[in-house]
Amino acid sequence: MCLAVPGRIIEIDGQNAKVDFGGVTREANLMLMEDAAVGEYVLIHAGFAIQRLNAEEAEETLRLYGELARALEKDDERKK
Amino acid sequence: MSTPFDEEAFRTEPEARALVSRIHELLREELRGEPVSLMEVCGTHTVAISRAGIRSLMPDGLKLLSGPGCPVCVTPLSEIDRAIGASTLPDVILTTFGDMMRVPGSQSTLEKERAEGADVRILYSPLQAIEIAEESPESQIVFVGVGFETTSPTIAATVVEAARRGIGNLSVFPFFKTVPRALDMLARVPGRPLDGYICPGHVSAIIGSGAYEPIAREHNMPCVVTGFEPLDILAGIVMLLEQAASVRAGGNAKVETQYSRAVTREGNLAAQAVIADVFQECDAEWREIGTIPMSGHEFSERYRAFDARDRIDVDVPAPAGPSGCICGEIMLGQKLPTDCPLFATRCTPREAVGPCMVSTEGACAAFYKYDRETTEVP
Repeated sequence: MCLAVPGRIIEIDGQNAKVDFGGVTREANLMLMEDAAVGEYVLIHAGFAIQRLNAEEAEETLRLYGELARALEKDDERKK
Repeated sequence: MSTPFDEEAFRTEPEARALVSRIHELLREELRGEPVSLMEVCGTHTVAISRAGIRSLMPDGLKLLSGPGCPVCVTPLSEIDRAIGASTLPDVILTTFGDMMRVPGSQSTLEKERAEGADVRILYSPLQAIEIAEESPESQIVFVGVGFETTSPTIAATVVEAARRGIGNLSVFPFFKTVPRALDMLARVPGRPLDGYICPGHVSAIIGSGAYEPIAREHNMPCVVTGFEPLDILAGIVMLLEQAASVRAGGNAKVETQYSRAVTREGNLAAQAVIADVFQECDAEWREIGTIPMSGHEFSERYRAFDARDRIDVDVPAPAGPSGCICGEIMLGQKLPTDCPLFATRCTPREAVGPCMVSTEGACAAFYKYDRETTEVP
């Protein structure tokens, strides 16, 4: 029930936005988002944008797990 | 075009393998193979863990328990009966999210009532209820307000908008629940069966990770706010095991956020303000668990006119619940679905006995669909 889907705001008209979900566009309400801007990524739940997404944090998270994977691969090679 | 938020980016195999390896290493070395139980308190996590097959990748001794994280599952029978009763009234159009349709009340379901002619409509967004209210001024539009803090602000915002437009024929059953109070209650269970919480990602996007700080502090309970993709969940488990090892060595638990791309410490302040304007905290009954003080939301004085309980007169029968079902113990983390004698025998998604089987996000439904044949469940 708490599913929320990331999308990118492509148009804002008052409290309504058009949000792109990888090629599919849907309307979303911005009443719960302060200062939303075109181009921002947001989470959509039940027709509302409920939070903005932080690209730097996403990239940093992926970088960390990538490092862990490379360390494990090196470790595996050493054991061979 | 790919973005850093694509789900595929958080489903890559080398990274998953490294995190699983780290989980095994932590349990074996830092925790010396002693049993650890972690609980997820979000139905969306329950489904994600089962669908990705994460239970089958966990070392012996690490238990992933499903808490009371499915809003449909914790809605008491009397409230379900009230919604079903309202749907049978001739001037009512009952509106709801799809999850509620098949939930059995004492005698019926919304789905059955609709088949027999009741006007029951499934909404994608609560805002659609406003459109229906404007199109059908002679009807009473009633929305079944079920959900945690992810969903309740969307319904609160809908009520604010309805009030602004002067809509008088829309009301809401306020059956909302709040997550931190339930986590606090579960942390008080004697014998301390839990070593950490996989805290819900989207509830936390609204309330902020700071909401769990009293729980980590008062109960020395590790809390990690976790996302929903396989890498998120595996990394959340790694962070919890690191904390669990530190706590067992005498350290202090804290709140950490794995899902940092969506969750901040303070959360969504605009959404919190709408909740605080439209609702006030109240005691709430959790199905099969009991009343948890101040763990629900009802309308504030200012918006009390939207309370469907005052507007819609329904005779609710004395609730007649399923017998032999252990959903309560499952949601308290004391048992697994496979411990229930009814599981996959008398109770299946097609013929559900208890609430955890009927909701697609219930622990029993997730186990039935994904884990039944792949996992030896302890």
